Amino acid sequence: MSVETLIALLYVLVLASFVGFELIAKVPPTLHTPLMSGSNAISGITIVGALICAGPLPGSFPTSKILGIVALFLATLNVVGGYAVTDRMLQMFKKKK
Amino acid sequence: MDRTILIQLAYLIASVLFVVGIKMLGKTSTARQGNTYSALAMLIAVVVTLLDRNVLSYTEIFATIILASAVGLYVAKKVEMTQMPEMVALFNGFGGGASVLVATSEYWRMVHDADIVMPIVTGVGVVLSVFIGAVTLTGSLVAYGKLSGKVNGQAITFGGQHPLNAVLFLGIVILSVMVILDPNNDLYMMMLIGASLLLGILTVIPIGGADMPVVISLLNSYSGVAACFTGFILNNQVLIISGALVGASGIILTQIMCKAMNRSLVSVLLGGFGQTSGSSGVAGKSDIVVKEVGVEEAAMIFDSASSVIIVPGYGMAVAQAQHIVREFTDLLEKKNISVKFAIHPVAGRMPGHMNVLLAEANVSYDKLIEMDDINDEFSNTDVTLIIGANDVVNPAARTNPQSPIYGMPILNADKSRTVIVSKRSMGAGYAGIENELFGFPNCLMLFGDAKSTLTKVVSELKSV
Repeated sequence: MSVETLIALLYVLVLASFVGFELIAKVPPTLHTPLMSGSNAISGITIVGALICAGPLPGSFPTSKILGIVALFLATLNVVGGYAVTDRMLQMFKKKK
Repeated sequence: MDRTILIQLAYLIASVLFVVGIKMLGKTSTARQGNTYSALAMLIAVVVTLLDRNVLSYTEIFATIILASAVGLYVAKKVEMTQMPEMVALFNGFGGGASVLVATSEYWRMVHDADIVMPIVTGVGVVLSVFIGAVTLTGSLVAYGKLSGKVNGQAITFGGQHPLNAVLFLGIVILSVMVILDPNNDLYMMMLIGASLLLGILTVIPIGGADMPVVISLLNSYSGVAACFTGFILNNQVLIISGALVGASGIILTQIMCKAMNRSLVSVLLGGFGQTSGSSGVAGKSDIVVKEVGVEEAAMIFDSASSVIIVPGYGMAVAQAQHIVREFTDLLEKKNISVKFAIHPVAGRMPGHMNVLLAEANVSYDKLIEMDDINDEFSNTDVTLIIGANDVVNPAARTNPQSPIYGMPILNADKSRTVIVSKRSMGAGYAGIENELFGFPNCLMLFGDAKSTLTKVVSELKSV
């Protein structure tokens, strides 16, 4: 990775962190649990990395591929379970008169 | 157009959707849709990655995805709302585990491919995401064990714990440097993984049950940070952006939780709170004389009130009393008694735990009032009903500088005309300190399991 790429990625990191702080500081306490489980699902974005690692045909680097498949399993569980349970929770937040 | 550019653009769209999704998650009216946007972003990212020309073996990939999705959906559908904290901890651990595996997989490929020399920057990314991911994995598993009662939920401390952790951390730093400088030696990498896994366990075991809101918030943040570093290894912006969002979210929640307990993050992480507080707090155990109240009398007190505030705590979750609490609320409202809920930020075992439980029981969320907004109302309230909460209503936090919880913001339940405490027994709260509120002249104890006593109160109220 070149220095330019690294710097560009660091820009992305710093700016995204600022956006994150700005957006999340405003979330009311009522929604803290869904926020946590929803953001937990987002952290399963490693699924993208897992796909890249699990992607190559078997043969070249079997260990890498196996690690990738296991990572894919865990990340998918994290993503699907996380979003589903967050949705289930948010469905219950209703305002009644 | 070049396929790579299309892929990059799709990642950009996914990133925007993640940000919009998180933004919408901040308002009750849009939260559900926000979560859907975020899930859509994830789907786009996954599909686009699958179209990448490096991904060739679809059979195993689809089999894994289908299997894991089925398990994930099943768990998400079955889990009880009271079990939410441990489920979030468990999923969080999986996220951390995935980061470790991805980093290790990339490391392995680069080290064993004679054509590639692992750049130092990538090496730094690898060690950071292995370290943080591994701590997240085992730390979350221990938190899961404690929250679900599979492991002793108390703080587990032993002599030399902190020096041991310090030595272990130093070892991890040294191993990290070795991995970066000499990536071809697999042994350093394996030792790094092992040491990081161990550190995750050791840092969470000394932390007691009621500090869990802080710990799971922090581990949540770690899982984001780990994903973020994985993005540096793979040169992938969408990982960095969403990882940073999660990292920020976890840190903010951690800060809120620490503030609500008037404790520093460091003191929470050092753990062992409540183990040594025997000598402090209220002087002498026998000083507190409580007044008991029976079910019938309690029902009469509620019946003659015109305003009631309910203070729920972890005990309500343990007793699964949220549904009967809702029934109780409906009944009081039918009698034209105003009912509100006072929610302390650290009530329960994770941020917002009480809100979710009461939402499950169909309590309208506009009845759940935050501490700062309701604290002035207690003095104009006839009856405050405390269900399974203790330290968050202990006046010692305001008055007794010797108390370990001194300075912690509390709900002013003691200021209401009558306080009724539904509690299983006279046991002290998690902090191990007596609650002088229980001895106040306006305080009545309603002993017994919250669910069964409230059920009795409800049937009494119906007959009044």
